[in-house]
Amino acid sequence: MRSTKKSKIGFGILVVVTVLLMIFPFVWQVITSFKSPGEIFQTPPSIIPEQLYTQNYKDVFTAGVPFHWYLRNSLIVAGVTTLVCLIIGSFASYVLARFKFKGQALFLGILLAVAMFPQVAIISPLFLFFRDLGLLNTYPGLILPYTTFALPLTIWILTSFFRELPTDLEDAALIDGCSPFQSFYRIIVPLAAPGMVTTAILVFIFAWNEFLFALIFNTANHMRTVTVGITMFPGLHEVPWGTIFAASTIITLPLVFMVLILQRRIVQGLTAGSVKG
Amino acid sequence: MKSRSYLPYYFIAPAAIIIFGIALYPILHTFFISLHQINLKFPDLGMSFVWFENYTRLFRDGRAMGALFNTLFFTVSTVALELVFGMIIALLMDRALRFRGILRATVLIPWAMPTVVAAMLWRWMYNDQSGIINAMLVGIGATSEYLQFLAEPALAWTAVIVTEVWKTTPFMALLLLAGLQVIPREVYEASEIDGASRVRTFFTITLPLIKPVLLVALLFRTLDAFRVFDVIFVMTGGGPGNTTESLSLYTYKTMFGALDFGYGSALSVLTFICVVIISVLYIKFIGTKTQ
Repeated sequence: MRSTKKSKIGFGILVVVTVLLMIFPFVWQVITSFKSPGEIFQTPPSIIPEQLYTQNYKDVFTAGVPFHWYLRNSLIVAGVTTLVCLIIGSFASYVLARFKFKGQALFLGILLAVAMFPQVAIISPLFLFFRDLGLLNTYPGLILPYTTFALPLTIWILTSFFRELPTDLEDAALIDGCSPFQSFYRIIVPLAAPGMVTTAILVFIFAWNEFLFALIFNTANHMRTVTVGITMFPGLHEVPWGTIFAASTIITLPLVFMVLILQRRIVQGLTAGSVKG
Repeated sequence: MKSRSYLPYYFIAPAAIIIFGIALYPILHTFFISLHQINLKFPDLGMSFVWFENYTRLFRDGRAMGALFNTLFFTVSTVALELVFGMIIALLMDRALRFRGILRATVLIPWAMPTVVAAMLWRWMYNDQSGIINAMLVGIGATSEYLQFLAEPALAWTAVIVTEVWKTTPFMALLLLAGLQVIPREVYEASEIDGASRVRTFFTITLPLIKPVLLVALLFRTLDAFRVFDVIFVMTGGGPGNTTESLSLYTYKTMFGALDFGYGSALSVLTFICVVIISVLYIKFIGTKTQ
């Protein structure tokens, strides 16, 4: 490319602006979480906190809202969803990657449809079913819909990983008398471990961040997840922004670390299928 | 291969069953409920079959039509902006060999944040007393006094759209980057030797080559924007005066505020039908344009 000095500078400025725009709100969240209530409501806002006010972080766990319960609920729901998706999804992906069978196109079509589905379209029957089955305010009541909506993504990514694995090992295993099921979990699953990790991160982030189902199905305080929890911090007169952003930072920081460390994998997973398929 | 004929079905059965039970069957049941009058406020009345009464009500309900219009407006404006900014960022990442890692890491931060957290954060940044955005606007002289961003329709829309675009442009950018990276470098070199300008190269070479990826990315973003709930719920709650209320939000309020499940289900079906129409249009477009 012709790179004149001028275009190089313009390019550099664009890169810097992009980075700042993307990163600033998160930085501002962290800064605000370290401000005292008095400083938070200053006009204009101070850029650097006058003192490192850590009370917000203590308030998260003591200010009347059982935030540690929310964290536990989110961890359980997102963790189990991830596990179930990987198990069910890897079965389906294995046959999609290795076999041709009747109904395959239909199954893929349904997956695509579910991925595009507006969740709001099924909340009325699900709410009534779950109410009648006693699944409201339970973990399965969230794990079931989360698994359903994360399965298409899981299956796409895993199928594209499985397709890249050589078939020689499986063939050898079959000749040696392994059943297809044995060759699947003894050979394919260990080989696809990196793909499993990628998928696990994406599913976990999806489940951790979900809001609508959590808001509707788990309304009891002790069963709320973190995303619903942070919208519910009670304020006496003003919204308790300091506490909210301390809580926000606590629930976002693990995700931020995860994406920084595993960014290559995440991008690979996100774009799997969209380029080839 | 013998004894394998049923094997694929055993393997896909768990996924198929859960998808059928939690997504496909319920959508049929939503339609079934929408033909009834059912209000959880009056459980004793039960469910009574009313044919398409909920649907005729829907078309006479100005708030429902407003919500549909709002949702379309939100979808078109956010997706268009995401496409422009996503393309710019994707091109930056594609060219910036040295900074690609940093750019990729930073764009992943908005993507990874829960939408609710992002919406809370932006709501605070738009605050009319201590919001950093107001402070910046006053600082550069764009306005003399702090604006009531979330209390005035046009400003509230701007605020919500900016938040959504910030949060979801990264996804668009990363998909487009994946498309850009499969283009062989020689194609650009050839175009450069032929003396084509950069703008011309972009429109005659880059754009046609990434069209398939671009359409897939657009499809995903359009449908995702159409079901918008979290951002609006947190930032404006649909206000001021329902001006930013989306279909999903109105459906939610109908079902869990007014407890009117019959009418709420009709609204759900409307959302679903819109999504089907959008998908069919896109898929037709993808099918004809990429062959």
